[in-house]
Amino acid sequence: MDDHVVLQDVVYSRGVRRIFNNVSLTIPRGKITAFMGPSGTGKTTLLRLIGGQIVPESGKLWVDGQEIPKLGRRELFEIRKSMGMLFQSGALFSDYSVFDNVAFPIRIHTDLTEQMIRDLVLLKLHSVGLRGAAGLFPGELSGGMNRRVALARAIALDPKIIMYDEPFAGLDPIAMGVIVSLIKTLNEAFGMTSIIVSHDISETAGIADLIYLISDGKVVGAGSPEDIYAEESPRVQQFINGMPDGPVPFHYPAADFEDELLQIAT
Amino acid sequence: MLSYLRGLGHQSLEAISTMGRAGRIWWFAIYRKPSLKNIPLVIDQIYRLGVMSVVITIMSGFSIGAVLALQGYNQLVRYGSESALGLGVALVLVMEIGPVVSALLFAGRAGSAATAEIGLMKATEQLSSMEMMGVDPLQRIISPRLWAGFIAMPILAALFSTVGIFGASLVGIEWLGVYEGAFWSVMQEGVDFSSHVAKGIVKSIVFGLIVTWIAVFEGYDCQPTSEGISAATTRTVVYSSVSILVLDFFLTLIMFNM
Amino acid sequence: MQPRSIEIIVGAFILAGILSVAILAVRVSGFNVGSDVSTYQVAARFENVGGLVVRSKVSISGVVVGRVVDISFDLETFTALVVMEIDAAVSQISTDTTAAILTDGLLGGKYIGLSLGAEEEFLVDGSEIYDTQSAIVLEELIGQFLLKQF
Repeated sequence: MDDHVVLQDVVYSRGVRRIFNNVSLTIPRGKITAFMGPSGTGKTTLLRLIGGQIVPESGKLWVDGQEIPKLGRRELFEIRKSMGMLFQSGALFSDYSVFDNVAFPIRIHTDLTEQMIRDLVLLKLHSVGLRGAAGLFPGELSGGMNRRVALARAIALDPKIIMYDEPFAGLDPIAMGVIVSLIKTLNEAFGMTSIIVSHDISETAGIADLIYLISDGKVVGAGSPEDIYAEESPRVQQFINGMPDGPVPFHYPAADFEDELLQIAT
Repeated sequence: MLSYLRGLGHQSLEAISTMGRAGRIWWFAIYRKPSLKNIPLVIDQIYRLGVMSVVITIMSGFSIGAVLALQGYNQLVRYGSESALGLGVALVLVMEIGPVVSALLFAGRAGSAATAEIGLMKATEQLSSMEMMGVDPLQRIISPRLWAGFIAMPILAALFSTVGIFGASLVGIEWLGVYEGAFWSVMQEGVDFSSHVAKGIVKSIVFGLIVTWIAVFEGYDCQPTSEGISAATTRTVVYSSVSILVLDFFLTLIMFNM
Repeated sequence: MQPRSIEIIVGAFILAGILSVAILAVRVSGFNVGSDVSTYQVAARFENVGGLVVRSKVSISGVVVGRVVDISFDLETFTALVVMEIDAAVSQISTDTTAAILTDGLLGGKYIGLSLGAEEEFLVDGSEIYDTQSAIVLEELIGQFLLKQF
């Protein structure tokens, strides 16, 4: 099992906050790897680092043996052909039809004829079950359908890596079931390395092969879903079981309660 | 006192870094070999920014031309010089009111729309997804709009002035009784293409570039939230308007003070 | 909207713009399309040119026949030297013609009015009109009037 993506001692800050503090991890090829953790711990940042949208302050990052932060514009353009990304909001282009949205990356990266593009687009839409919606516009679709079209767009060029940014957020149970099954199918049928960033423990644990738990800029837990559930550290336990208080405190830092009340009285 | 100075210093540095970001956009969007593939996008933007502003431009131009004729007549008739009405209105429109007012209208209508559009694309991660697909949003979204503004603005200014003069002629000749022959001949005598009309066109080109630049930058740079977008739209209109008026002063100084 | 119709509308928009500029050029500024009308140059010296400027018109009997192209101060004669360009078609201006600086209406700009003389020799390129009448300066007029009172 070789590693598709490798991070080594990556440091990334935004302002004074260290989002990643010497993080090292590997993402195996052809498997579903999930990143979970409390909000704002930089899970989306990780996807951006892999995609080359941002560059780490220090440390190295390889995708398929290529050092991403060092690539020039042209090389980055090439390598993005083999990466697909599903954004949290779908991020479909609002003034393009569903068809044109899926056709977009094909038109940019290839020289295929319109006839071939049409066949490809319909194929991709069929695989997400929305071939009939090809003529609609994003504004006319529901949230779940939006996300499915975005998925069709993300796999338009048959990428080797596909990244999902909070794919389950805000979906009703049926739509969620659809997305889960699609992620699983794409991984099994096409061998795409899938990277999921999510809060949703039950859904994610259900399909992930490997889970990384990230908190405070560090990896605090790693392993298969069973390993994670069995993990004893209080951080992992709080997250996994959704406990309101623990290493991530319930109370925002404040003065002593008694003192504050007494001040108001006098 | 110290914290006030610190705040002032911080503000100035912020302003300078903002200008730097704005300049970067300009550089990347224009210099980086605009590809011919983008021409349909430019045409689309000329439609959205220019053609959609035609109605407001024509209505305003006509109204202002008519008002200038009315007010101008009242003053000129006191000296028996009402035959110079055409000349006065034409000069004022072509040199100042035409380029300036049409630019202000453009900023309010097209500029704010562009900012909102781009801001929304940023907030819904459309710009990010474009990048991830290997498309440079500066080339695809920003650059066509800059070119479109550059082309559309002088056209709108010319339309404004022409319709304004027409409106003035209607009011002056038909309504106020100025001699048609005198109206046009005194105007033609006094208005020179290269000293007056051409300079007005130069002004409108400069305004077009500034307004579109500000609009596009504010959209690209905004906070990706709904408050951020609305604040950016407001900034576009305010900064554009002030820039137009201040630039007008300097341009007039340079071009007309020889 | 179909890309086709957008293209057509944008094309119409640009055409409208060009048309406007053309209207502004021809109808509004009286741009001389035939600027390659041939002309010849004639000079004249004045004591005082008043508010005469370059591009002021030169007319005979109220009809524009040319323009002022240069105004300068002649250091040899200590007078103002005015150079005019006259339409080549108007070729029979006698050498004893008078050039006077007149005012267009009450508040109008200054222009040069030529009154033809009787000589049979005509002005050619590079000639000079010697019979000139300077602009009427209001202060001098008032001064004369006041002097006459006493």
